[in-house]
Amino acid sequence: MCLAIPGEIVSVDENESFLRQGQVSFGGILKTVSLALVPEARVGQYVLIHAGVAIHIVDEVEAQKVFECLRELGELEASERRSP
Amino acid sequence: MKYLDEYRDGAAARQFADAIRRCVTRPWTIMEICGGQTHAIVKFGIDQLLPPQMTLVHGPGCPVCVTPLELVDAAVTLARRPEVIFCSFGDMLRVPGTDSDLLAVKAEGGDVRTVYSPLDAVKFARENPRREIVFFAVGFETTAPANALAVYHAQQEGIANFSILCSHVLVPPAIEAILSSPQNRVQGFLAAGHVCTVMGFREYEPLAQKYRIPIVVTGFEPLDILHGIYLCVRQLEEGRAEVENQYARSVSRCGNRSAQRLMEAIFQVVNRKWRGIGEIPHSGLGLRSQFREFDAARRFELADYTVDEPAECIGGLILQGVKKPYECSAFATRCTPDHPFGAPMVSSEGACAAYYRYRRKCRVTSDEQRVTDN
Ligand code: SF4
Repeated sequence: MCLAIPGEIVSVDENESFLRQGQVSFGGILKTVSLALVPEARVGQYVLIHAGVAIHIVDEVEAQKVFECLRELGELEASERRSP
Repeated sequence: MKYLDEYRDGAAARQFADAIRRCVTRPWTIMEICGGQTHAIVKFGIDQLLPPQMTLVHGPGCPVCVTPLELVDAAVTLARRPEVIFCSFGDMLRVPGTDSDLLAVKAEGGDVRTVYSPLDAVKFARENPRREIVFFAVGFETTAPANALAVYHAQQEGIANFSILCSHVLVPPAIEAILSSPQNRVQGFLAAGHVCTVMGFREYEPLAQKYRIPIVVTGFEPLDILHGIYLCVRQLEEGRAEVENQYARSVSRCGNRSAQRLMEAIFQVVNRKWRGIGEIPHSGLGLRSQFREFDAARRFELADYTVDEPAECIGGLILQGVKKPYECSAFATRCTPDHPFGAPMVSSEGACAAYYRYRRKCRVTSDEQRVTDN
């Protein structure tokens, strides 16, 4: 039930704060969602949508963290192999 | 899709599994809180990638599963009323009440509608001023802002024919209930990513300290879950008990302040009964008195009563990580997704349904062996 899917904002209707809406693309499929809870979100950014409401702007830099950890693990393993 | 597909890479998953294997020296039991994570773990076989000393147990994080039977009965009663359009998320429709479920009411001609968002229910209310629109507002902190937003919209627009049947639950009190139980065997937690998207993770810091237990905020894709397990195991092996954030692309320490402000305006913390577990103090959200008019239980003067759960169902023990689905005598025989006894079999995020769907044919796993060995 806590499923939330990232989508890209393609347009924003600037409405009174809690009525702020926008169109979000989920891999090409467009949906109108509430942007009331991410007041700073702009076109081109990815937001996390749950139950028709955007709850977060996806942090592009932090999104790499998993892969950085993998890279470090790879290097660690390689160095362990070199010096058994 | 961006931010989804790249977190499902098989080779990278194996790399994490190797790292976990190298790190583990002793048996550890870790609980994932969220039903979405349970579903992913069983579907992708993540538990089977782990070294044999590690056990994953499945937590209470399926709001559908923990919604009390009384409330499902209340939903069925309301949905049968001719003036009511009853709106719900799809996964609540098949949850069995004492004698019926919402899908059966719909088949009998009741106006039961599945919505993607509570805001759609507000729209029905706008379009059908002569009908009463009731929305079944269940969920964790993840869903509370959307439901609060629906109530806010209805109030701002003066929509008088909208109300919610509310049973919101909160995660930290449930973690505390599990940790303080004498039966507890959980040594580390994967906290539910999207709950923390809304709330942040400051509330978990005192829990990690008090119970000396690592809590890793974790996402939902296979790489996220494996990364979360890796961070948790590393803490356990190093004797640390901290709150760590694996899911920083979607979670910040303080969470979404706009969402929290809205939730605080509309809801207040209340005691809440969890199906299978019982009442947990301060573990739910209910409407504040200023928003009483939107409370369906009040509007329709629903009776307050309690019902007993089916005796054979050990769903409560499963939700607390004490037992696994295949330890239930009814599992996959008398209890199936078509004829569920208890909620963990109904919801696709329930542990029983996940095991039924993905594990029936290979039930004798090393994991089961371990459980019977214990
Ligand atoms: S298998 Fe069915 S009866 Fe057994 S615990 Fe799960 S839901 Fe309850």
